[in-house]
Amino acid sequence: MNSVLAAAVVGLSLVLAAWTVVVAVRGTGIRNSLLIGLLVLEGLLLVQLVVGVVLVAGGDRPPSLVIFFAYLVGVLVVLPAGTLWSVAEKSRPSTLVLAVACLAVTAMTARLLQMWADARG
Amino acid sequence: MAENAGSRARATGGARLLVAVYALFAVAATSRAGVQIATKFDEAPLAYLLSALAAAVYVVATVAISRRTPAWHRVAVAACTFELAGVLAIGTLSLFDAAAFPDATVWSVYGRGYLFVPLVLPVAGLAYLRRHPVAAGPAGPAGEAGNHALREPGR
Repeated sequence: MNSVLAAAVVGLSLVLAAWTVVVAVRGTGIRNSLLIGLLVLEGLLLVQLVVGVVLVAGGDRPPSLVIFFAYLVGVLVVLPAGTLWSVAEKSRPSTLVLAVACLAVTAMTARLLQMWADARG
Repeated sequence: MAENAGSRARATGGARLLVAVYALFAVAATSRAGVQIATKFDEAPLAYLLSALAAAVYVVATVAISRRTPAWHRVAVAACTFELAGVLAIGTLSLFDAAAFPDATVWSVYGRGYLFVPLVLPVAGLAYLRRHPVAAGPAGPAGEAGNHALREPGR
């Protein structure tokens, strides 16, 4: 895995999670700026999938290809699902659903990195 | 009738957050158990069967918490209680008898691999269910009020 890219994903997802918590606490509702941030993160995740495919095509092998790609592809679904969920009902707890989605992206990317490190180590 | 009851009895507010986290764990635990059982069941059958059991409990809890009817409420309490017992029992066992658990489950070491969320989740679930009891009958005042407040256009 490209560790710079993965670090960017982890960092941005943590920032967005914190941002979402602030939005929920202040009760301002989800604004476009936050949605754009989420879109950027989703874009990074797409790039990450492409990088993963290229690396595997180039001969690098994670311990389990199935799990590796399940994470790479599965992580793409998390943000859209969380966004739809939290936009469907305007309340503070609903906004926090988005924070949970961001943290899920953090956790999944961390696990991806760990898998890749195990393969090298 | 059933459709009507469904829209009234759906979770809102704080429950949505709880349901979201439960749904996340349901998906994560189900996928993990599925992969483990499909690819390497022989290595640690007990651990993988426990993974599958934990996954099933998360799925049941997710559905039950999201449905606000007395029957589902009881199911939710049972699922959360089972989950709490499971994470405590398996967490303790995995500490003292590591040999029985050669591969990790969601509940190993009280859910350490999942930032201890599996330990916190059933407690949060039970606390929520305790604070939000479901009105006994569909004609109850809470049900009536909720009926209007919760219905959104286009649903």
